[in-house]
Amino acid sequence: MRGLRFYAIAYLVFLYAPIALLPLFAFNDADIIAFPLSGGTTRWFAELTQSASLLDAARNSLIIAATTAVLSTVLGVCAARAATMADWPLKRPMMGLIMLPLVLPEIIVAVSLLVLAVQVFGLGLSNTTIIAAHTLICMPFSIAVLNGAFQNLDPALEEAALDLGETRLSAFRLVLLPLVMPGIVSSLLISFTISLDEFIIAFFLSGANPTMPVYIWGLLRFPGQLPVVMALGTILVALSIVLLTIAEIMRRRGLKRAGLRDRGGFL
Amino acid sequence: MTLINLAGVNKHFGDYHALRDIDLNIHQGEFFSLLGPSGCGKTTLLRVIAGFEDPDSGSLHIDGRGMAGVGPNLRPTNMVFQSYAIFPHLSVAENVGFGLRRSAMSKPDKARAVGEALEMVGLGGYGNRAANALSGGQRQRVALARALILKPKVLLLDEPLSALDKKIREQMQVELMKLQREVGITFILVTHDQEEALVMSDRIAVMFEGGIGQLDDPETLYRRPATERVAGFIGMMNFLRGQVTSTGAEIEVEVEGLGRCRVPAEQAPGGVSAGAVSVGIRPETLSLLFEGERTDRMEVAGRVDEVVYYGDMTYYDVAVDGIEKPLTLSMKNLIGRPVLDVGMPTRVAWDERSLVLLGR
Amino acid sequence: MARAALTAGGKRGLILVSPPFLYALLLLAVPLATILLFSFWTQDYLDIDTRFTIANYVEAFGDPLYMQLLRRSLLIAGAVTLVTVVLAFPIAYFVSFHVAPARKSLWLFLITIPFWTSYLIRVFLWKVILGYNGVLNSSLLGVGLIDEPLSVILYNANAVVITLAHAFAPFAILPIFVALEKIDRSLLEASMDLGETRVTTFLRVTLPLAMPGVVAAVLIVFIPTIGDYVTPRLVGGPDGLMIANMIQTQFLKLNNAPMGATLAILAMLSVTAVSLVFIWLNRRWLRGPK
Repeated sequence: MRGLRFYAIAYLVFLYAPIALLPLFAFNDADIIAFPLSGGTTRWFAELTQSASLLDAARNSLIIAATTAVLSTVLGVCAARAATMADWPLKRPMMGLIMLPLVLPEIIVAVSLLVLAVQVFGLGLSNTTIIAAHTLICMPFSIAVLNGAFQNLDPALEEAALDLGETRLSAFRLVLLPLVMPGIVSSLLISFTISLDEFIIAFFLSGANPTMPVYIWGLLRFPGQLPVVMALGTILVALSIVLLTIAEIMRRRGLKRAGLRDRGGFL
Repeated sequence: MTLINLAGVNKHFGDYHALRDIDLNIHQGEFFSLLGPSGCGKTTLLRVIAGFEDPDSGSLHIDGRGMAGVGPNLRPTNMVFQSYAIFPHLSVAENVGFGLRRSAMSKPDKARAVGEALEMVGLGGYGNRAANALSGGQRQRVALARALILKPKVLLLDEPLSALDKKIREQMQVELMKLQREVGITFILVTHDQEEALVMSDRIAVMFEGGIGQLDDPETLYRRPATERVAGFIGMMNFLRGQVTSTGAEIEVEVEGLGRCRVPAEQAPGGVSAGAVSVGIRPETLSLLFEGERTDRMEVAGRVDEVVYYGDMTYYDVAVDGIEKPLTLSMKNLIGRPVLDVGMPTRVAWDERSLVLLGR
Repeated sequence: MARAALTAGGKRGLILVSPPFLYALLLLAVPLATILLFSFWTQDYLDIDTRFTIANYVEAFGDPLYMQLLRRSLLIAGAVTLVTVVLAFPIAYFVSFHVAPARKSLWLFLITIPFWTSYLIRVFLWKVILGYNGVLNSSLLGVGLIDEPLSVILYNANAVVITLAHAFAPFAILPIFVALEKIDRSLLEASMDLGETRVTTFLRVTLPLAMPGVVAAVLIVFIPTIGDYVTPRLVGGPDGLMIANMIQTQFLKLNNAPMGATLAILAMLSVTAVSLVFIWLNRRWLRGPK
């Protein structure tokens, strides 16, 4: 139906339109974000490179995101493997708790961790608290991706490996791990991206060193900084898109390797 | 010589009693089948032997060694799975050589063994192919090669032919038999297809609901089924009602529509006592008598109820006076032999020697 | 429903799932229990009075400000959910029924990419678009459609709804898409064979079968939206603030953790209540399983 196709295209335009503004105004030689445009410049990007606090925030975010990605994926592999390949009493409530952050407003998570860490345990806030919180909210996403990867496996594959002489551990290493590797890579990239972009929890649990989104939030108070924010935003969005394209290519390659049909998406 | 001994094996899944007091001996070098309808426990039994399920009670010995606490990776068995379980990320050669990883063989020796195993299953030269690019029949051969290369004492096959097309299936049945004779080890096959079991096996255990109904060679199972259930499961069988009037070395039985018969005790393999009994007659032991044909055997008169043409055979259902259900019989379609129509009157020849008295 | 007995495989599964489970227990269940506890305490500057009291709840229900904020949050979240899900359904339908299978994952990929970019940046972009001197106004003025910049589009609840609807769009599309994909196409053919038109087939067969996906989409959008902090703060103005902003204020500005905890609990309870009502209504209406 052509009407529907037109709607679909219009919808995509609506989705991407705001993001398209980023490069548009990042290279725009004007102090305010409005039409008409006034010629190209790269001075906003130049300003970025000169900000020491920005680079600190960036490094912070990268460390936190990388650690979160690894932790979340490792825990995710454990949970997904257990969930797809076994059944035990109370399995559903346990998995329900683990997946709960998916449907909890982030502010609830942020606030409750803040209370526990500061008021109850008197711990200082630092990167560690943020990593802990980010891992908590990224875990359900990792599990969602890895569930798909594990479910696509023939359960007989592990049994065949055992039958041919391997232990559970070596069977996992030689047969299961290679086959779910695309899922693992996807999980790492997704958790990394989520952590990198996450604001509310970082805002509540930041110690002395802000993360990138918290830093941007600080910039937003100053109208003069808006073009710089556009430049920064352009870089971040480009980075996210590249990471996600890689994740998608890996996912497709993984499916091809296992000889399976593509059913679309991480689902 | 007994290779595998199961004694008093029981297995429950929650409330479900999957295996009931299984006692079984499987001999060295035989082609043994576990046959039965879905849910009868045959696959569970195979998995107990393989080590993927632990019995709740009872013992399992393979080659004199107790298997309690021994994991599947340490048993002298190897399995061909129903889905073949070919590792999709490895090549054919890597699949076949997978189990050799832990052996002390040198690399060239391993490569040679893989080559020989592939030759043995008719896939010589396929080593470098990607495993997930093969057809179903080819995958099955890879699974066979992968299991046999480890020279197990027992090869376990879980419904290996059920996913294949009919023609390929029949081909593979013959190939599996040849392979087993060539290699000389014990094969244990699980199947629900009674034809398959009859064709390939030295002995068959027919299972129902977690227990073994009868354990015999194919011919005995076919000609002397012990119970109605076994008789009905293997091949086609006519069931007539009868009354046993005297037992002993010779049994006297009054059969509906056929009159009084005397049969030796072997024709009651499950044993009978006086009273009601089920009498079985195989369709191929009955003959249709055509116009003017004479016979030395007993005959009864009837009317053709149904005609089914199979190409090489024609099956007739004949309604006979005094017999409640029509008799099914089969006639080879010889040249010159007529095919009767529904409704025509006819005569059926039968022989006392083909009667089987069945327990319940 | 009968509990599964603990098999050997189950024991392995239980051991394997314990690290993530204990992690969630420690960092989610325990903190949630803690704020529940806090909501029954009071705070005076820096001292916490741990005597059990429901004073916070009384104050929350009694003070019109809090209730208004909660009500507004529910309404905004409701509006966002409605707009998002209604707009998302045709797209999900399009990709499921009118896109070749080989291209489906490409479309899904394109649809989800914006979601993975920085949320903060996207909200900020809407602020830039809807502002008095912003992109929308300057282009409308430039083209001559309006004489004066519109001020009704920013710093109020409308702006919040628009921004959130944009941000949560992919959340709504995916569950609906999954549900539509699961529908056996031969059911639709059977329906038309029995005399239904394409429209009535959609209403009588497709839509009811897609309902689980629609329900999921509604919940996936509604629940996080209530607790959103950034959007109301950036584009909501004084009339667009939502409950999360007040929670933050209580915690970080007013040093009243117990009150903040109370509001958080109330927000969660109202969300849960609304969700359960919605699910129950759906079940009754469909009369089908799940």
